[in-house]
Amino acid sequence: MNATAQSALLSIRAVRKSFGAHEVLRNVSLEIGAGEFLTILGESGSGKTTLLRLIAGFEQCDVGEIWLAGERIDTLPPYRRRVNTVFQQYALFPHLTVLQNVMYGLRAEGVTAREASGRAEQALALVKMEARAQANPSRLSGGQQQRVALARALVKRPLMLLLDEPLSALDANLRQQMRLELKSLQREIGISFVFVTHDQEEAMALSDRIALLRAGTLEQVATPEEIYNRPATAYTARFIGQTNLLKGSVSTGQARVGAWQWPCSAPEGAANFSLRPEHLRIAGPVRDGAIRFAAQVRDQAFQGAVRIVAIETPDGQQLTARLAASVACDKTHEFEFDPSDVVALPPEEAD
Amino acid sequence: MYTRSYRAAVTLPPVLWVSLFLLLAYALLLIYSFWSVQNGFIVHAWSLDSYRRLVGNPEYLGVLLRSMRIAAFVTVAALVLGYPLAYYLSFYSRHKRLLYQIVIVPLWVSYLVRAYAWKTILGTDGVLNTLLQALHLTSRPVSALLYSPWAVWITLTHIYTPFAFLPIYAALEHIPRSLVEASQDLGASPGQTFWRVIVPLSAPGIVAGATFAFVLSLGDFLAPLLVGGPNGIMISNIVVSLFGAAYDWPMGAAISVGMLLLVLGLLFATERLEKKWAYV
Repeated sequence: MNATAQSALLSIRAVRKSFGAHEVLRNVSLEIGAGEFLTILGESGSGKTTLLRLIAGFEQCDVGEIWLAGERIDTLPPYRRRVNTVFQQYALFPHLTVLQNVMYGLRAEGVTAREASGRAEQALALVKMEARAQANPSRLSGGQQQRVALARALVKRPLMLLLDEPLSALDANLRQQMRLELKSLQREIGISFVFVTHDQEEAMALSDRIALLRAGTLEQVATPEEIYNRPATAYTARFIGQTNLLKGSVSTGQARVGAWQWPCSAPEGAANFSLRPEHLRIAGPVRDGAIRFAAQVRDQAFQGAVRIVAIETPDGQQLTARLAASVACDKTHEFEFDPSDVVALPPEEAD
Repeated sequence: MYTRSYRAAVTLPPVLWVSLFLLLAYALLLIYSFWSVQNGFIVHAWSLDSYRRLVGNPEYLGVLLRSMRIAAFVTVAALVLGYPLAYYLSFYSRHKRLLYQIVIVPLWVSYLVRAYAWKTILGTDGVLNTLLQALHLTSRPVSALLYSPWAVWITLTHIYTPFAFLPIYAALEHIPRSLVEASQDLGASPGQTFWRVIVPLSAPGIVAGATFAFVLSLGDFLAPLLVGGPNGIMISNIVVSLFGAAYDWPMGAAISVGMLLLVLGLLFATERLEKKWAYV
């Protein structure tokens, strides 16, 4: 889905939030489209959960505004916002049955018991939990509680569903399965999902767009393909997938890294270059523009379909290459990469 | 593994304590309750005399009913005062620890001092009467303040509210805050969240607190003695006098056994309720 083609459903405008002296969010602006699956990705402490809690209304922003469907919501209490949350530990009401949990939000808004229970049963059917409607939540497995929490939030027909690391409490296999189910559920019902996670793989697999948060500021907001192939900063390049970060410079239209150089239109001066491991290969017939070099194989790890190889050039540049598993390599080889696969990045502040 | 002698040494004192001061004492009480008094002497022959008098004498039953009524009023007042206090402390206070200590501190002060304090407040020359006269609300001291069931009610409420507060506060502290957020998230107003989530989940604390307040005030005899007057006496005062001046130990024992059964039944019932409502 193309984000720019949509009118924004949710608009976060220049939001700041501090807890005491600690500034958790610094001037965050973000637009989320109708029907979009947006992931807020970041390390722990990056402010991603705080951002979600600002949208839900559990925290108030110090500065800035949040608008949902043309209505300013940051001044409204949580129970007046047409968003619903799936909590990290699900937060199912222990004194209510599964069905009563799902009915809770409908009853609160005054829907009759009869209609509420009908709609709750439909919502439970959507997540394949109708058979456990009369069970107590404590009797359910983590995955089942997860589904009930989803049904409970979706039954309210929110404009937007907020998910706070909902998969982190599940074990690895179940997490993979729920990931797929979550994605197809979102497609089926077509409402916006705002999903918070620290897991970049999860973000890549699920999202229409990823908003990468770093220490309270948005580092980059883009589709998974774009953020992977065209990272805006060295931080993004390292955080999303794996990369070889080469230090060098740009001058007179040429990128220079050690002895290598190639034409480059990036601004003059010091620069970082991101070269993904899969773009390094064993050199074949000589091709125009490709950078060729000899390197020594230091280490390798067989991973089934691929082989991860650590190599070192004669001038000491250490690189990681991802080769087809069938490629046999030992000692010294001729390697190459295409400069068009290299992304020039601004130097990091610490550099 | 602990040695036999070590285990024996650790187990013996509490077992001795319980056998001597609880089991033996209750056994004696039970035995006495089946004896009777004739011409000022205790007759060591089995009889249901005392129990017959307990059931048949409206005076005993009247005092017992009054005691239960006072205890019930104390319980309601302790809950009405204790719950909001515990709720405020647990959910809103920024000075939890300090306020908690302030609630607990009176428990460190002697019961007698606290009961006497009410005598000073409610008496004819007391703080309240002086105030009422200074405000010209009355011309003469109101004597009905002290030595009445109301004085007992106020004093016992003051003394036992912390006992109701403590389990309620503990129960509220155990409610995961994410459940409160989930409720708000699902569109429930603060009032709906309070009645549909917070109250049900703190129910075991309410039951425990109510049990404490009721049982403790039901058996109280010092407050009625100090501030109760003739209309404010409670069942324990009767027991005290039967064992004392009246020298009718069997009757006193029979009332005690009756009270004991009442309280045990209550504790049994409330414990089941607490277990049934314990979710978090």
